[in-house]
Amino acid sequence: MTRQRILAMFWPVLFGAVFLGLWETFVVTRDIKPYLLPKPSAIWGQFHGNFTLIRKSTRVTATNAFIGLFLGVAGGALVALVANRFRLLRELVMPLAISVAAVPIIVLVAIFNNLFSITSEVPRRLMVTLIVFFVVFLNVSKGLTQSDPTQLELMRSYGASQSTIIRKVRVPNALAYLFIALRQVAPLAVVTAFVSEYFGGTQNGLGARITQSIASSRDAAGWAYVLAACILGLVFFGVAIAIECVVAPRRSRRLS
Amino acid sequence: MFVLSLMLAAAMWELYKAIGPETGGKVLGMRVLPKAEDRVMPHVWEMFQRFGRAEVRSSKDTVLEAVVSGAWYSFRIALAGLALGTAVGFGLALLMARFRVVERGLLPWLVVSQTVPLIALAPLVASWGGKLHIGGFTWQRWMSASIIAAFLAFFPMAVGALRGLSSPPPAALELMDSYAAPWRSTLFKLRIPATLPYLVPAFRLAANAAVAGTVIAEISAGVRGGIGRLILEYMREATGDPAKVYTAVFGAAAVGLLMAGLVAVIEMTATRHLRKEEFA
Amino acid sequence: MTEIAVPTGQVGAAAAAVEARGAAMTFNAGRPNEVIALAPIDLTVAPGELVSLIGPSGCGKSTLLRLIANLLEPTDGSLLINGKPASQARLDGDYGMAFQQAGLFDWRTVSRNIELPLEIKGWDRARRRARALEMLELVRLCDFADHHPWELSGGMQQRVAIARALSFEPKLLLMDEPFGALDEMTREHMQTELGRIRAATGAAVIFVTHSIPEAVFLSDRVAVMSARPGHIEAVIDVALGERTELTRGDPLFFKHVTEVREALRAGHGVGGGMEDR
Repeated sequence: MTRQRILAMFWPVLFGAVFLGLWETFVVTRDIKPYLLPKPSAIWGQFHGNFTLIRKSTRVTATNAFIGLFLGVAGGALVALVANRFRLLRELVMPLAISVAAVPIIVLVAIFNNLFSITSEVPRRLMVTLIVFFVVFLNVSKGLTQSDPTQLELMRSYGASQSTIIRKVRVPNALAYLFIALRQVAPLAVVTAFVSEYFGGTQNGLGARITQSIASSRDAAGWAYVLAACILGLVFFGVAIAIECVVAPRRSRRLS
Repeated sequence: MFVLSLMLAAAMWELYKAIGPETGGKVLGMRVLPKAEDRVMPHVWEMFQRFGRAEVRSSKDTVLEAVVSGAWYSFRIALAGLALGTAVGFGLALLMARFRVVERGLLPWLVVSQTVPLIALAPLVASWGGKLHIGGFTWQRWMSASIIAAFLAFFPMAVGALRGLSSPPPAALELMDSYAAPWRSTLFKLRIPATLPYLVPAFRLAANAAVAGTVIAEISAGVRGGIGRLILEYMREATGDPAKVYTAVFGAAAVGLLMAGLVAVIEMTATRHLRKEEFA
Repeated sequence: MTEIAVPTGQVGAAAAAVEARGAAMTFNAGRPNEVIALAPIDLTVAPGELVSLIGPSGCGKSTLLRLIANLLEPTDGSLLINGKPASQARLDGDYGMAFQQAGLFDWRTVSRNIELPLEIKGWDRARRRARALEMLELVRLCDFADHHPWELSGGMQQRVAIARALSFEPKLLLMDEPFGALDEMTREHMQTELGRIRAATGAAVIFVTHSIPEAVFLSDRVAVMSARPGHIEAVIDVALGERTELTRGDPLFFKHVTEVREALRAGHGVGGGMEDR
């Protein structure tokens, strides 16, 4: 790693270390009860101790997140492409997508839980798919419509057909927006997957374990599961960035 | 057009009911098709009917009243959370704009936090309810929900505000320098007005996050009176009373829409003197 | 290093508007990416005089302007504005600045834009409004006092920027290619306007430009600069008398344009990357 990179990491690492240090001393000196705020060291201890269980639950949540992510991205991009071509479809789906963006559709999990069997993971996967779908759809649609007018004029001067224009101009432009969306939805998929577990259903994933830990007064363990969820979110985000780097390396990237 | 798509959605719902398997079905060997029987998938009109009848056999409130009061309760919690999150987010952005050290140390964590599921903390913060005492003041359950909403709202606001505060071009900053304007002057006359276009999309995100955070927090905290709690209750009663849970879901949607409406009004009043551009 | 004689014919007692002695600018001194933007410069601008700085990209003309404006500190030498150090001059509001982008604040009306520096300097409202109206009259935009910048054309926005720069009556106006973004006709019109405004206010002007005809039309003297490191190659006196619509067709005008062009070529080599507009 270049010297610049290391220097750039200095301040955030310092802030993080100071924060952890303050946290630990605060809990110890003020004798904060663990059910309010456990010590970082206690959390780490639980993380280590329960590692097998943590890993299992992580896998459940991660699978749900991944399936939903995959389907949602594929579906969202596809429908955006088709909707771009056929105005009627766009006029139907777009208002729905925009209002969905305002509404907390996570509550639909309550309904899904009843529609499927009690042991099914499908409600969670369906929820992730839905949420990812709408975000991707909105972003890719925006990308498809916001092509450079100069580029479009050029293509028309070549007598290119609509589908050629879509392929050669709109899609590459939309790809940038797809990756912006991907960065957002990768961690979002993780969040959705385990929040869905708060609504009941099978209790194998990270979300359920968190509520279980609290119910049985093992709060440090609960925080350990939170830590696992954070790490999972970061991993998904990292993979999204990695995919972007491989498929479409850009000269200027901002982590926005 | 919007009405049309709603009607289309309703039509598809009924279509599935008509042709779908009663006990759920398999596609390619996987159980992915939902059950279509009346007990879990009530007819669309039944959902609306349910609003009118009594909530519980014994109580005199109709479901409509229960859902509306629950929705209103949750809306106020979300609003409180949004206000808090906006204030803190903006304050932090100011701090970061003023002191580069703070920006360098804090901003990466802010970016990371947007990828990290902070909502995981919801049950933990929720469990503070009734157990936390500061002076003579007991932590109420609903405050947990508000705090969580504020937590989720604060990040988009902080990032948006920081971007806006840093947005003026160098020439504008040089201009203020040439007037020997102090930092405060530059802040109020240049940076803050320049921030507004950036705050608009951030505010929408924050509002949405606040609503989602409130509902999720209510569910994990068991906050009495909120729409999240109603959804959970009705969901558990769904075997006997299938249409009720849908009414609560509509209530939650109403909270979201009401918040979106409020945000739109705020946006319009705050930016009426600006150029009429599309805020992406 | 070049020595430029103090011009004659101007008011002798008043301090020079700008007096630069050995002013130099090196960026990142001592580090691997060190850049000598300006070799030591000597330049004196008399009160009420208009001096252009012209030269190819990278010759340091904008840097010199920013040194004078005290937006940069010179790494060597001294700069006196109206007989004071540059930093004091900035605090006292002795100069106004105009850039290529008008840089008006979109959220303020035209007259409030003009009032901006006055607000910062603590003028009370009545005085500010009165002065803003005066300035609008000077640049002939009275009808647009309550409009917003985006409702105005590029040329009009620049006029507002000039009004803003002159609102607190500085003795010196610093302009960094202010007409560069305008079309040719508007540009020529603005040049005439600037001449009129100068005559009305008596301010000295330092004008950075890429355009040879513009430099010749506007200036009392043209300082030709060249790069690597930035320095003043030559200073050409322009003796055209009062500038009118006919000046641009005057044979003396072309003579001076040629003089400037040759000085540029001498400093830079072939072409010089200059505009013949």
